[in-house]
Amino acid sequence: MNTLPFDPTATQYADTVLRVCRAVLGPTPEAEDAWSEAYLAALRAWPDLRPDSNVEGWLVTIAHRKAIDVVRARRRHAVPVGAAPEPRRPGPARAGDDGIPPLRDPRIWDALAALPDKQRACVTYHHVAGLPHAEVASIVGGSVAAARRASSDGIARLRRDLADVLEGGGP
Amino acid sequence: MTDALFAGLDPDPATRDRLRARLVRDAAAADLLDVVVRTVDSPVGPLLLAGTDRGLVKVAFAREDHDRVLATLATEIGPRLLADPAGLDDVARQLDQYFTGARTSFDLDVDLRLAHGFRRDVVAHLPAIAYGHTASYAEVARAVGRPRASRAVGTACARNPLPLVVPCHRVVRSDGTPGQYGGGERAKRWLLDLEAG
Repeated sequence: MNTLPFDPTATQYADTVLRVCRAVLGPTPEAEDAWSEAYLAALRAWPDLRPDSNVEGWLVTIAHRKAIDVVRARRRHAVPVGAAPEPRRPGPARAGDDGIPPLRDPRIWDALAALPDKQRACVTYHHVAGLPHAEVASIVGGSVAAARRASSDGIARLRRDLADVLEGGGP
Repeated sequence: MTDALFAGLDPDPATRDRLRARLVRDAAAADLLDVVVRTVDSPVGPLLLAGTDRGLVKVAFAREDHDRVLATLATEIGPRLLADPAGLDDVARQLDQYFTGARTSFDLDVDLRLAHGFRRDVVAHLPAIAYGHTASYAEVARAVGRPRASRAVGTACARNPLPLVVPCHRVVRSDGTPGQYGGGERAKRWLLDLEAG
């Protein structure tokens, strides 16, 4: 039985959890939906969490799964058409009426979404959520070395895909 | 380098507030909250307010260390605890009115589950001491039927889970000096002066 207060024990990771949702879904309302569902699920399960658990890793895993569920639902609901599917456009790089903050460059979302699943998961867990490679390996499965490699391969590919953005210093 | 790459992922304060408000709302709708807490400023320092589905369960002065109070609430009541900056607004409003002298009694649902046994008897009796009046520890001991327990009355007042709302500050030493208080002697004197008008 876990008797630590949910707030701030779990809520202190609110930003990290949102970073993870946005890494998968872009700075979209869907990312906020995934954040909300993840925290509600965490609150529900909170009293049964083992007291020695890594709360941050647990939350990040829940959030990543919720976000992946959204991606899968999108694919299921996608209407097959003859032409190429409409590219995901996360919106302009400025604050909108919905309060979404300005981005350095929106192309980061497309680049992240284009990574192979394992690379994107490892980059998200390690570079976005800040979890150590050992923790990432325990979440995605496989060895620590494989998690580290997937993460660095993912970052290398992002740098390559975004070379012009990074050289230009962004808008 | 990677920090720059992912800088756009960080939420702004408005997003943070919106998400927290939504979590509180969803959690309440799903009946998943054991305790809701909120901090308010007051003339006697920041106060932590905590409520359950039954009513106000805890008022804590800063001297009590709010982090420790949260830990105690989670252990004693339940760990599904969330801060709601807009919650408990009826409590916050009545406290505001009290501090400006516009209110002399509180009309709130209270949850006395943090006071047990004799302490609960004392806490239940305290609202009988009217605004602007005081009673000595010995008088309260007699009133609750334990005339020799004035020291225990002192302990019960010091551990009153709902100071201000349940007026333990109106219990003073037999010589008329304020005596100890969970919020500090200065706060107690300030409250007695406020009520003296």
